Amino acid sequence: MSQTLLDALALLGSFDHRLLEIVGLSLRVSLSALTIGTLLGLPLGAWLAVARFPGRGGLIVLLNALMGLPSVVVGVLVYLLLSRSGPLGSYGLLFSPAAMIVAQSLLVVPLIAAVSRQIVEDAWKDYAPEFSLIGIGRMQAVVLLLTDCRFSLTVATLAGLGRAMSEVGAVMIVGGNIDGYTRVMTTAIALETSKGDLALSIALGLVLMSLILGLNVAAYSVRCWASRRYG
Amino acid sequence: MFPLRITGLRFQPNGRAVLDGLDLEVSGEGISVVLGPNGTGKTLLLRLLAGLLPADGGTIRWGEAASPSERLAMVFQQPMLLRMSVFTNVEFALRPQALTSAERHRRTNEVLERVGLAHRTGDCARLLSGGERQRLALARAWAMRPRLLLLDEPTASLDPSATEAVERIIREIRTEGAKVLMTTHNLGQATRLADDIIFLANGRVQEHESAQRFFARPQSPAARAFLQGELPWRIAFDH
Repeated sequence: MSQTLLDALALLGSFDHRLLEIVGLSLRVSLSALTIGTLLGLPLGAWLAVARFPGRGGLIVLLNALMGLPSVVVGVLVYLLLSRSGPLGSYGLLFSPAAMIVAQSLLVVPLIAAVSRQIVEDAWKDYAPEFSLIGIGRMQAVVLLLTDCRFSLTVATLAGLGRAMSEVGAVMIVGGNIDGYTRVMTTAIALETSKGDLALSIALGLVLMSLILGLNVAAYSVRCWASRRYG
Repeated sequence: MFPLRITGLRFQPNGRAVLDGLDLEVSGEGISVVLGPNGTGKTLLLRLLAGLLPADGGTIRWGEAASPSERLAMVFQQPMLLRMSVFTNVEFALRPQALTSAERHRRTNEVLERVGLAHRTGDCARLLSGGERQRLALARAWAMRPRLLLLDEPTASLDPSATEAVERIIREIRTEGAKVLMTTHNLGQATRLADDIIFLANGRVQEHESAQRFFARPQSPAARAFLQGELPWRIAFDH
């Protein structure tokens, strides 16, 4: 066990090419999915927070339920969409990083939208009377509330990033875990562990945990700074 | 838009009548102060006038119209300030109006100067003191150039100097032609600011008099008890 750990640390210390390649692709895929998830999820959540229409309650329940969507189900859905016989098969995206980004985006959008909906709705309850008297329209309110809640909303984006980076089922199905092309940290850990190469698995696990911890430390620091700076 | 005529106004959350057939006529000039014990519906009256709540009965007529023909603004007891600069907290309130960006900026700077916050335009509004926050909220309302300004206990929990600053701004807004309708628990403030007093108790207007007359010779037993500092729940139960 201690030898395996030493091997893992040696891999990290030597900046192993294979390891760096896997980490780089993981970051590229997850951050792309997070960007898409943030661009779609935040406005969607904020709009749901301020909009009033028949069926809104049902939509919120659905969105909340989608937070727990099993990643393998998303993987199968995206697989069916992108497979040769599927409606988007002609684009040839299956077993590519693009397919993995699509799958992770589908997992991240509902999560970010649901969390941001709750955060913005809480703020909206306080602001609604003032906005109403001033004559602020719904779309203007969405922009103002997203700006006002920007530091709280880092929680929503962090949750999205956590979901994207730790996900394994969907990217395994739509990416195929092809060495040097679609192999990311989570799929590599699963594969290398089953092969018995625990050193690489542990090294990747350490990188994954360090990344997530580092991002959370950064987000926490930003929130503390913002609280002092903006109240 | 004036006179503002309220007839038989009722508001009964969960069947309990907070406003119970309130009748009132308000002119378009001066400062009217709404007084009354806690829970008699002072804030509620302002919120109903602002259209933030639907009444359960009665009518509100703005001159001959059913809705205000000119702009009204309201400053809340705890004003909501965006986590943005002092400047933006005023400027954003002008965005729905058909003003050029230059005009919005000019008007924002002007009101901030007049409320004594010109030196803090770039600071974050949430970091202001209580008095500064209330002055900022007044500046926001003032910048909108309202014909009617509703103020809900604008100096609650402010110290005397902050209260004085807020009262000076309220007088200036009145001088510029806006009608001010405000609630307060501060009888000294009511004496200093009010042209007329609207005294509420038991969900109705018990008395509507000039301030001078109200404080010198209150007509209703409830108003007399209130001015003598009797406990509000006794007023509510005894009358």
